[in-house]
Amino acid sequence: MNVKELNDVVIRFSGDSGDGMQLTGTLFSDTAALLGNGISTFPDYPSEIRAPQGTVAGVSGFQVHFGNSPMLTPGDYCDVLVAMNPAALKANACWLKKDATIIIDGDSLDEKSIAKAGFKTDNPFEELGIADYNIIIPNITSLTKEALKDTSLDLKSIVKCKNMFALGICLFIFNKELDHPLEYIDAKFLKKNPLVAQANVTVLKAGYNYANNTHVFAHTYSVQPADLPKGKYRSINGNQAIAWGFIAASEKSGRPLFCGSYPITPASVILEELAKRKDLGVKTVQAEDEIAGICTSIGAAFAGNFAVTSTSGPGLSLKSEAMGLAVIAELPLVVVDVQRGGPSTGIPTKTEQSDLKQALWGRNGECPMVVMSVSSPTDCFDMAFQAGKIAMEHMTPVLLLSEGSVANGSQPWKIPAMKDYHEIKAPIATSLDEGESIFMPYKRDAETLARRWALPGTEGMEHRIGGLEKDFLKGTVSSDPKNHQLMVNTRAEKVAKVVDSIPVQDVYGDREGDLLVVGWGGTKGHLQMAVEQLRKEGKKVSHCHFNYINPLPHGVKEIFAGFKKIVVCELNMGQFADYLRMSHQEFKYEQFNKVEGQTFTTVELVDKFNELLED
Amino acid sequence: MNEIKYTQADFKSDQEVKYCPGCGDHAVLAAVQRSMAEYGNKHGEKHGNYVLVSGIGCSSRFPYYMKTYGFHSIHGRANAIATGVKTANPDLKVFVATGDGDSLAIGGNHFIHAVRRNVNLNVVLFNNEIYGMTKGQYSPTSKLGKITKTSPFGTVEKPFSPGELIIGSRGTFFARAVDQEVGLLTECITAAAEHKGMAVVEALVNCVIFNNGTHAPYAGDKATRAENTIVLRHGEKMVFGANKDKGLVLDGFKLKVVTIGQDGYTLDDVLTHDAHEKEPYLHYTLASMKYPEYPVALGVIRDVDEPNYDNEVERQIEEVQATSKIKCVDDLLNSGETWTI
Repeated sequence: MNVKELNDVVIRFSGDSGDGMQLTGTLFSDTAALLGNGISTFPDYPSEIRAPQGTVAGVSGFQVHFGNSPMLTPGDYCDVLVAMNPAALKANACWLKKDATIIIDGDSLDEKSIAKAGFKTDNPFEELGIADYNIIIPNITSLTKEALKDTSLDLKSIVKCKNMFALGICLFIFNKELDHPLEYIDAKFLKKNPLVAQANVTVLKAGYNYANNTHVFAHTYSVQPADLPKGKYRSINGNQAIAWGFIAASEKSGRPLFCGSYPITPASVILEELAKRKDLGVKTVQAEDEIAGICTSIGAAFAGNFAVTSTSGPGLSLKSEAMGLAVIAELPLVVVDVQRGGPSTGIPTKTEQSDLKQALWGRNGECPMVVMSVSSPTDCFDMAFQAGKIAMEHMTPVLLLSEGSVANGSQPWKIPAMKDYHEIKAPIATSLDEGESIFMPYKRDAETLARRWALPGTEGMEHRIGGLEKDFLKGTVSSDPKNHQLMVNTRAEKVAKVVDSIPVQDVYGDREGDLLVVGWGGTKGHLQMAVEQLRKEGKKVSHCHFNYINPLPHGVKEIFAGFKKIVVCELNMGQFADYLRMSHQEFKYEQFNKVEGQTFTTVELVDKFNELLED
Repeated sequence: MNEIKYTQADFKSDQEVKYCPGCGDHAVLAAVQRSMAEYGNKHGEKHGNYVLVSGIGCSSRFPYYMKTYGFHSIHGRANAIATGVKTANPDLKVFVATGDGDSLAIGGNHFIHAVRRNVNLNVVLFNNEIYGMTKGQYSPTSKLGKITKTSPFGTVEKPFSPGELIIGSRGTFFARAVDQEVGLLTECITAAAEHKGMAVVEALVNCVIFNNGTHAPYAGDKATRAENTIVLRHGEKMVFGANKDKGLVLDGFKLKVVTIGQDGYTLDDVLTHDAHEKEPYLHYTLASMKYPEYPVALGVIRDVDEPNYDNEVERQIEEVQATSKIKCVDDLLNSGETWTI
């Protein structure tokens, strides 16, 4: 059999939400990662836990993008679609590349299942206009049953193994070894249920051998390892990386980590990951509501912990008043908002960047906070660390924006060493300053304007803070007009001064050209891929991507001035573009916006950029 | 460790107390300051270890008048913030000053969940049955039919009784006292401070401006109180009246007021208060007693020992740390499945 070399491949595993597609996808991507491929993955699951079987609403998917270089995105369109039933085929047909390979369980192509998936005819392939694609129809369910005919497992458990058959086929096509999935199955099932472990192993091998023996595939494919920096790697998703970044900030500051939070899709994993880390002294309170989530954290911050809270858009709305309290009390706090489709409950499992204005301005009064964002699963660790560093060193709440696609997406991550991270120096006061007869809670550092953090339990430093306007020095309640103006100015200036602690804005590509692509947050990989493609074609396009939003970094104006056109691309109706129009009024901004619950595709970006270049 | 000798004055801040003249909150302030001094002298608890958290409302101005750490927060959230303070640092002695609006309306959820978790907080719930700071609207504890600015024809909603709410949620401590008896108030707050868990003291306070005399029918003066309230003390008979001649007996599932020496009732028939009984039914019934059918119960009604949240959090951390191989972030990052390139 021929082996064809490929640079990168996108596989989408899809089936009923009970078919084990997330596990199948994860096992495939982990195997590819272990063999040195660049990886980016994205799970795509429905809100319903178990929607009716065989319906499009119940289709769960997992996309793996692997290649011989680091993968910037989970990929747009897929080369291979594994569909466990007609509904999975229907749900994903629009994501097929023109010459894609489709592997579909032949046993599922009965009249009833085809009708249940909403097809009008008995030929789903013709109906979808994909009849000439490379369609492989192994009878996965019956082959699984046949492979397990000697087991004493019940039928339901036998059928549950069919995802391993599909995995076996894929591992063969892409010349991957079985070692990793076999080890995983052993680790997961062998002790708990040896019979199930054995069944999964048998079916995995059966799928692999089926693909080898039947020659239904004209070729197998090989994707060479990526040229990744040497070192030790692990796979990590965005939410996990944020949780771990907070733990790192806690370690480097010497402040115990506290997270008060209320479960909400797609942010819950942050709370879950932190709840596991009692071994590192992390305290989590699963609060009674979103408000209590942030309020317990504010209390913990007052008590001297590094306090964080995690949420998604609707929860951020509920936290608004309390964020104002953190602003006026000038306590360190990190609020993570993993954005999802809105407004209101919106589309909880889909990605969007539409909370930016809420993050910047969604509080009563003059209430500035530091706002920053993550841009890939692996940079979540560093950004969470940075958010903690800024919050504690500048005594301010920080809002860290993530989004569904980053939170759930995973990438291989070169494991950093904590010795390479800076210490975080919180301005903790343990005794009165010279000349101070009682503690002045709002006395500030001349450089950063951060106030001091005197922790309850420290004798002689007793003080009162709260949500009422404070006297500039003593912190006592004040409604003096001039004092209020001074405090409003000072809080704004303190946040603005954070600019001196963040990196100068960078740009991918030349600093001059015809078009500057501007983005922020989790679209970084997609924008960069599109820009890369155009640059290879000789077009004068560069990419300027923002992680720091308030304050904006130094150097933005100089970059923007170098381009004939600027296009701001975001998964909302133009929130960052509006923000830039306020902060950098001298430039004209084109917009490219999408609010479909999905991130950009490289194809649509390239089309848009070409259009702008031709105008 | 007992070298400290605090008095009430040691807990007064330099801020002028701005409660209205005649407001019941003055009494609570004095009682809390006395309790802190007493508790401090007994346990060696210093100024710097006390934290007073409050929400919004007249009562919530409290922290400014106290020479302790203080956090005057936002409306309704005092119990949530205090939960964070106490969980973050269980060595602190955390008090909450809150009102009937703060903890039973806007912050009701945090209040019941703090009770459910049994967080080790000392909550003083100022109940004046009115919204004073917003100038006279009815509160969730206003009596049915109460005429206020927002109920010009009288309320048509049933009030909460904080004691029923707390004991109904199997809270571990509930006490009640009136503003005019600073001694009993201090006794209750000190008992709350000694309690390991969520301790709520309901202070029946008079809002002299917007709800003057709301508690007067049973608590107006010493003579009225003697006849219409009953002070419960653990291990003592449930007797009341100026001559201590009335008592409570159990009649089926209900309490009944009897006169000792009449209808064949003797002191032996009168119930003895057991504040430590875990089953909440009798405590609930005692807390539910309403004037004029019954005397209003004062004193420590319920005080039971159960695991508290902040201790359990610490215990779990110690247990996990004893066995986990992950001791630092580097261990964590290198745990689980990794590969080398």
